[in-house]
Amino acid sequence: MEISITINGKAVSADVEPRTLLVQFIRETAGLTGTNIGCDTSSCGACSIHLDGEAVKSCTILAAQADGGSVTTIEGLASADGTLHPMQQAFMENHGLQCGYCTPGMVMAATSLLNDIPNPSEEDVRIGLEGNLCRCTGYHNIVQAVLACANK
Amino acid sequence: MTMTHETTGVLGTRMLRKEDPALLTGEARFTADLAIPGALHLAVIRSPYARARIVSVDTSAARAHAGVRAAYSGADLADLWAGPMPCAWPVTADMKNPAHLPLAVSQANYVGDGVACVIAETAEAARDAAELVDVVYEPLEAVIDLEDAVSDRVVIHDEIGTNKSYTWDLKVEEQEGDVDAAFAAATYTVKERYIQQRLIPAAMEPRAIVAVPQPFGGDMTLYSATQIPHILKVMVALTLGIPEHQMRVIAPSVGGGFGSKLNVYAEELLCVALARKHNLPVRWTETRSEGCQATIHGRGQIQDIELAADANGRLTAVRVRLIGDMGAYLQLVTPGVPLLGAFLYAGVYELPKAYDFSCTSVFTNMTPTDAYRGAGRPEATYAIERAMDSLAATIGIDPLELRRRNFIPTDKYPYEAFTGLVYDSGNHDGAATLAAELVGYDAIRAQQKTQNVDGAKRRLGIGVSTYFEMCGLAPSRVLASLNYGAGGWEAATVRVLPTNKIQVVTGASPHGQGHETAWSMIVADKLGVAPEDVDVLHSDTAISPLGLDTYGSRSLAVGGVAIAMACDKVIDKAREIAAHQLEANPDDLEFAGGAFTVAGSPDRSMPLAAIAFEAFTAHNLPDGLEPNLEAHTTYDPPNFSWPFGTHMCVVEVDVETGEIEVLKYVAVDDCGNQVNPLIVDGQVHGGIIQGLAQALFEEAVFDSDGNLRTSTLADYLVPAASDVPSIVTGHTVTPSPTNQLGVKGVGEAGTIASTPAVINAVVDALSGLGVRNMPMPASPNTVWSVINAAQGGSQ
Repeated sequence: MEISITINGKAVSADVEPRTLLVQFIRETAGLTGTNIGCDTSSCGACSIHLDGEAVKSCTILAAQADGGSVTTIEGLASADGTLHPMQQAFMENHGLQCGYCTPGMVMAATSLLNDIPNPSEEDVRIGLEGNLCRCTGYHNIVQAVLACANK
Repeated sequence: MTMTHETTGVLGTRMLRKEDPALLTGEARFTADLAIPGALHLAVIRSPYARARIVSVDTSAARAHAGVRAAYSGADLADLWAGPMPCAWPVTADMKNPAHLPLAVSQANYVGDGVACVIAETAEAARDAAELVDVVYEPLEAVIDLEDAVSDRVVIHDEIGTNKSYTWDLKVEEQEGDVDAAFAAATYTVKERYIQQRLIPAAMEPRAIVAVPQPFGGDMTLYSATQIPHILKVMVALTLGIPEHQMRVIAPSVGGGFGSKLNVYAEELLCVALARKHNLPVRWTETRSEGCQATIHGRGQIQDIELAADANGRLTAVRVRLIGDMGAYLQLVTPGVPLLGAFLYAGVYELPKAYDFSCTSVFTNMTPTDAYRGAGRPEATYAIERAMDSLAATIGIDPLELRRRNFIPTDKYPYEAFTGLVYDSGNHDGAATLAAELVGYDAIRAQQKTQNVDGAKRRLGIGVSTYFEMCGLAPSRVLASLNYGAGGWEAATVRVLPTNKIQVVTGASPHGQGHETAWSMIVADKLGVAPEDVDVLHSDTAISPLGLDTYGSRSLAVGGVAIAMACDKVIDKAREIAAHQLEANPDDLEFAGGAFTVAGSPDRSMPLAAIAFEAFTAHNLPDGLEPNLEAHTTYDPPNFSWPFGTHMCVVEVDVETGEIEVLKYVAVDDCGNQVNPLIVDGQVHGGIIQGLAQALFEEAVFDSDGNLRTSTLADYLVPAASDVPSIVTGHTVTPSPTNQLGVKGVGEAGTIASTPAVINAVVDALSGLGVRNMPMPASPNTVWSVINAAQGGSQ
């Protein structure tokens, strides 16, 4: 089936199998491999992106469901001049990443979290990110990064 | 003798990581991200039975499926293997190691054991076709219970005639019979059994592989999400009969490992073998469910530990009996894991030569086990630290006081332990005192008296654990004495380019540890350059041909020290050039701030930049000196390094629901000098949560037929941010005297220390209810059941 999704401001059209997941469309059709796949049960959140402004796990929806929608991936977050998004900068300054595999999804989920709760408590952040798993950091510095970004 | 490196400038600062921008923007490439035109996709058909004879494999329907290039049974490919899958650690001369092929031929031995495969033009076609492979099995009785395995009631591998792979003993006595005598004479003894449940490492990046042949060029390139590109290259060459110089292994960005990518896996061998057979690239990316089943598991031990102590509570003997769960086959270092713990069952305590350790390891019909963060050392530390609490309860003294009575005193370092190993440096009382201060130990003990009264719904507990990490793997001769099949050195090259930019080549293979940052800091400090002028090359055997990779908290204490030593060689050569150019005696030159200066003549100076260019043009070098400014080192450490520390955990347990809340977690870790405290704290945080997860959440659960019931991240409870506490970190700094940086390593400390700290806290909270032990994971249901049983089933 023919679908078109705007990804990071650019329209991407393709003929896809109905079973194609949005994450596959992003990675394979649009060639944007910053969005990672970490599980097959929508548990880990590594594939989190923004669809029409809301954080979603791009493995939980079919590409066809996003037809006509607007997607932002991790590649679309930094400015064109190379300046990191404040959340990316906060993750770097607070050592909120180690291997970096969960990081794109975590950053996308965290930016969405701050859209919903601009001044979160530590508990808000921990609960807000519970759909995104990280195995390296123990979350301590991720939480610090999100709080630091909120307080900027 | 101390050779402590003076920390100046960038070394020891919280420099932000060089790795981060690429990882934060999606620019970094993991193996599954690599675009390889024309690659075929591999799908593996896996046994749904824990033990079954393979009666027949019919691949005809799969081969007829659109897009499929080929489908093979294990028998079809049996001729491709020059040897079975490698186990590099034959711990005893008579160790049993049943042949393990990438695809099983006649019998499958765990759920997930590969029995057939398909290669197709797309991943979807490969998976669809995999469903069409018709395998007829004759199910056989599976062996899941470790003691049942020991009994040989059912023997899994007919060809070896037993389930016991090996028995390995370490008995240390001044005189024969000392252990028995110590137990007979002891004022106090404790005897405990602990179960180390199986864990699933669950690195966030699933394993991924691409094998790219060059049929005309002759070489084979294997991209793999691996911790060990160098070891993998050797093993793939041997297993497939490929000349080693024609194998190149590249580990692109690797998304965590924790030991699970410290292996040689069937799919790596399948991809290379099929790429070779078909002269086309072949790739495979694990699904998480496959990963849970067919990537190694960790832990899996039954531990029986006995302590003997005198009237003051001082340890006089330790006796340990282990049963190790190897799983269905031996993977790369599976049999060695319990041995890595064998030296640590007396913890950080003084013990006379009265130690009796024996481990019998058995095959079971479950996923193979292997090294998982800490590898043997968390298990050992858990046992001794839990048993110390049990001993304290038996004596009736505070667990922290008991530990203080047994600590190896600081003034006895370097300390020759009962095993003959020499612990490099330590200050256990210092770490414990700082931890007690940070956690408010006395105040919590006081609060317990008022809070943990009869009928209290929420009981307060504090748990202590002290530990050695034993890292810097490892002196090659020590590894030889343990029958390990390789050395423990690490290689480094430091190259000053003509424009004074520095290229560093390391044999370490980072996957989250931040080596690019840390190595740059070491070089910047040594050579007086800016860290951003240093580029660290790694994880590609064509660029970094020599190396032994990253595991066992070895990278800094071995690989990082090698970098520093290579810098020293660069400085030595640069000194000769500077002396020649400045017409000075080399011994009169001082090197500081990136320049050589003639002592006493500050105007006679030559910066490294100028020397590098002179070395490059080679127009005016001393007679006999080779052009270019670079040096190579291979460093074999003289000793293990011995990081140590004290962790304390405060919990409240709801006795009605069994729910545990961690109120505070304090970690005091001493890893010697710190290159980058930001990274050190990150390692500690992550390690602690991984260990806490073993204590409270995680277990690979198999049913009695050998089905893994926790084969997705929906079933296997990797904790989320909302499940875990913040962490208070503190440090003492006791440099290692055995290397010039004074560093020790920190990758596994958190995992080693936290599991017993958490469980000790839980048991402490419930001690007033008669609870003496707590199985892991301490889920609410388990906690409630233990309380109920301790109360005589009255609840």
